[in-house]
Amino acid sequence: MAVNVLKDKCKGCTKCVKNCPFSAITMEGKLAVIGAGCTGCGQCVEVCPFGAIEKTEEEKKEKDLSAYHGVWVFAEQRDGKLMQVAVELLGEGRKLANAVGCELCAVLCGDGVDELADELFEYGADKVYYANAPELKQYTTDAYTKVIYEAITVYKPEIVLLGATHIGRDLGPCLAVKCDTGLTADCTKLEINPETKGIMQTRPAFGGNLMATIVCPNHRPQMSTVRPGVMEKAEKIPGRRGELVKLDVAFAAGDIRTKVLEVVKSAKEMVSLTDADVIIAGGMGLGKPEGFEVLQKLADRFGGTVAASRAAVDAGWIDHAYQVGQTGTTVKPKIYFACGISGAIQHVAGMQNSGLIVAINTNENAPIFDIADIGIVGDLYKVIPAILEELDKVPEK
Amino acid sequence: MAEAFFTEQHELIRKLARDFAERELTKEVLDKVEETEEFPEEILDKMAKAGFFGVKIPKELGGQGADARAYVLVMEEIARVSGVASIYVSSPNSLSGGPLLLAGNDEQKEKYLRPVVTGKKKLAFALTEPGAGSDAGGVATTAVKEGDHYVLNGRKCFITMAPLSDYAVVFAKTDMKAKGNKGLSAFVVDMHASGVSCGKPEKKMGVIGCATSDIIMDNVIVPESDRLGEEGEGFKIAMQTLNTGRLGVSAQAIGVAQGCLDEAVKYAKERKQFGRRIGDFQAISFMIADMATKLEAAKQLVYKAAYMMDTRQDATLNASMAKYYASEICNEIAQKAVQIHGGYGFIKDYKIERMFRDCRVFTIYEGTSQVQQMVISGKLLKK
Amino acid sequence: MKILVCVKQVPDTNEVKIDPVKGTLIRDGVPSILNPDDANALEAALQLKDKDQTIQVAVLTMGPPQASYMLRECLAMGADEAYLLSDRAFGGADTCATSTTIAAGIKKVEGVDVIFAGRQAIDGDTAQVGPQVAQRLGVPVVTYVQDIQMKDGKVIVQRQMEDGYEVIEVAAPCLLTCVKELNEPRYMSVGAIVDAYKKDITVWNHVDVELDPKDCGLNASPTQVFRSFTPPQKGKGEMLSGTIGDMAGALVGKLVEKHLI
Repeated sequence: MAVNVLKDKCKGCTKCVKNCPFSAITMEGKLAVIGAGCTGCGQCVEVCPFGAIEKTEEEKKEKDLSAYHGVWVFAEQRDGKLMQVAVELLGEGRKLANAVGCELCAVLCGDGVDELADELFEYGADKVYYANAPELKQYTTDAYTKVIYEAITVYKPEIVLLGATHIGRDLGPCLAVKCDTGLTADCTKLEINPETKGIMQTRPAFGGNLMATIVCPNHRPQMSTVRPGVMEKAEKIPGRRGELVKLDVAFAAGDIRTKVLEVVKSAKEMVSLTDADVIIAGGMGLGKPEGFEVLQKLADRFGGTVAASRAAVDAGWIDHAYQVGQTGTTVKPKIYFACGISGAIQHVAGMQNSGLIVAINTNENAPIFDIADIGIVGDLYKVIPAILEELDKVPEK
Repeated sequence: MAEAFFTEQHELIRKLARDFAERELTKEVLDKVEETEEFPEEILDKMAKAGFFGVKIPKELGGQGADARAYVLVMEEIARVSGVASIYVSSPNSLSGGPLLLAGNDEQKEKYLRPVVTGKKKLAFALTEPGAGSDAGGVATTAVKEGDHYVLNGRKCFITMAPLSDYAVVFAKTDMKAKGNKGLSAFVVDMHASGVSCGKPEKKMGVIGCATSDIIMDNVIVPESDRLGEEGEGFKIAMQTLNTGRLGVSAQAIGVAQGCLDEAVKYAKERKQFGRRIGDFQAISFMIADMATKLEAAKQLVYKAAYMMDTRQDATLNASMAKYYASEICNEIAQKAVQIHGGYGFIKDYKIERMFRDCRVFTIYEGTSQVQQMVISGKLLKK
Repeated sequence: MKILVCVKQVPDTNEVKIDPVKGTLIRDGVPSILNPDDANALEAALQLKDKDQTIQVAVLTMGPPQASYMLRECLAMGADEAYLLSDRAFGGADTCATSTTIAAGIKKVEGVDVIFAGRQAIDGDTAQVGPQVAQRLGVPVVTYVQDIQMKDGKVIVQRQMEDGYEVIEVAAPCLLTCVKELNEPRYMSVGAIVDAYKKDITVWNHVDVELDPKDCGLNASPTQVFRSFTPPQKGKGEMLSGTIGDMAGALVGKLVEKHLI
């Protein structure tokens, strides 16, 4: 695969140079030249007014990929509890498996977490590959990588999905290198190409400024991590059963090179932004950390939670755990209040799929109003009390 | 734009100063400085660590070993965010450090210059007197030699940082019979010495947060070893120091002007009247075009003067032109930026109000615009 | 002891904007910066060096020749050596191929005991290259590190989790990826910048790091960009008007109407 400039068509307009996200194009005289930074993303192909840039697919030697079957989901558990993202992955995995026409399987690692296998069946897994050992009670990179890598070599899945949690984002890259395959991080959309049956993974890049669809044509398994809160959860069908496949687990001395000495749960409340139905988020427009107390009042009224933009977190007004956006949490509550948030793209990336977006900002030109469903220009310290007052007038159901 | 005069190394120094200014000199910090009239010591400590106090002082004297262009860039980027912060940078680099660098012996450099450029001590430059402003020849402070020491008497005024300083370089008459500029000598005076006192800090229009006051000397004993250079060399030391000092003020001016232009452009894009951004009106957009063009011209003057100093050319004329033009157009740009802000430019909620006040002194201190005109015309009309 | 820090030059994604009319990326005037998490990784190494002057800190990056500017910045923060892996053959690499090149580069640097890297780079946000380099070098990895203690060849770190942290012991050689909570990166100093330009930056191509061109860059990347596009902008919603009371009333009315309360 390569991007080439057709010398006879290029007029030297430099449009491609300006639009290349990787600064990989330079001008040599009146001719655009593709440089080393090119990733083959094809932005330039789209912007060229003269059709002077083309992307060619090189025919690679076809590897035998036919031995790989099935969609696998890494069923991440902590303290014997299944992570929500695993349920979301099963929901998405089911759609993919149906599109490919294959089985949906879960890989479960732990120490005596047999009952989770049943739960996975109920969420739609046809098969559960279960590695049961004391060494797997607590996640370690080496132990989990070894066990799952061995299972992949034996059972050969064509797609492996992991949650983009602190564990999945550690495990995924290690597995990908061991399997000599590609991995696409933090996907927001997964589809199956009806012709090739390969997976098309869409993810944000450049802080959400650009979306890229990634394919992995010649390597198996195709691997993706998916951020929590992005995919629809699988429906639970009580009593649904499937096939349990127990994996052989054996560790030699030196296999696990890290030792977990202690696990510290933070004293602060677990912030569950992904589960909240109503989120009241604040940004620099609050002007001071105490602003979050005002937001909290509104959040309490709705039974929701407060959240923040990166700017407010960077200012030290609130913990990072509350951050919504590209580098924070992705949320999609029923109602999202953006209070004093300008609407930087990196924030918008994390909340634009919310059901109803209400923006409150003193600056009528703030970009947040471009994506809000309802906009109020005004001082949040006056608007929020007014909303609370109006809410009190609504009769109880 | 500026590439002709700068290397990649200079650009990295600019990046350092810009990152520092944007991260440390936040609106909250600067508002507090205005309110309390004090500049936080911890930021001065960080500036010292970043090497801002000894930019062009040689490494062996505790400095950073960079050049005049690097000094201009640091001043410009700091002043862009805070005028008063840039005074703390300029002082050790030019007025305080200058006399020691120019006339100090090894022992004096070690004792006074090193602590100043590493931020451990502060030193004031005390030339101006109630009767000696632009005319340095009017100095009335006296230093009378008695054995191995001098006895100083007199009053200096408008001395920047005087109440905060550990030492001051004081210019005093040692030859009472000499006329005009002759007979002046320079001394390092310990501000804690007996007989030294400071007047009440002046209530200033701008650059608030850097106390300025009188220094009163009443029979102050200064050892001979604290005299800089020979007797009678004072005027030369003062003038040479001011010569490089002008470059610092010109850099301050382009920095503040850039800050004003940035604010004006931002506001012109945000503010809507009659259903349009005010920047879409020609009255505003042409003002901005003028501001940007004059600023660019001023920058080239300043950068060129620094480049000439670095390449050991005589920059007296160019430094005067740079100081004169940059400080004048900075005031013009600040004035227009306030105008673009309308009523909001007149209240303290917007940064532009402070910038407007801060830059007013630039055409006054370290040689007024009129003194610069004298220098420039004098060079041209010299027979 | 020598600590090698992997760094990357990235466009400041905060400054990247979308042309509202054409929906394309505006890159003009977007500065290239040292990736923020990498700055934390470098700071962590420099703090260990502050305590023990026998520690040497090396920085290594893969990128175009212009990346030397960022390496100077690292030197001016206090790094002792800098390595730049630059070759047309390395271009267009995905994380998998990037990790091959970086691992090959690290193998050529003499006497590396510990490797630090940033958690992730802000242009791709993948967080993959760090652990992948560790896999290729065959050393243990700990990601999301928010605290580092080193003594007697043992490395004790805190690994950040969503709801707290784990205390993990690992032996050197190992690779740690660092998060921003670890520290506050220091400023360069003017004098250190002057010195940084007196140092040499070692530049290596694929021959120097003993890689076949077919094993690096686009050729060795399992993943390919099928297409890229700017995210669709959501249409503008309704702006409420009137007094604050009116607007609050209208809002609550709409929430009731939509059965949201």
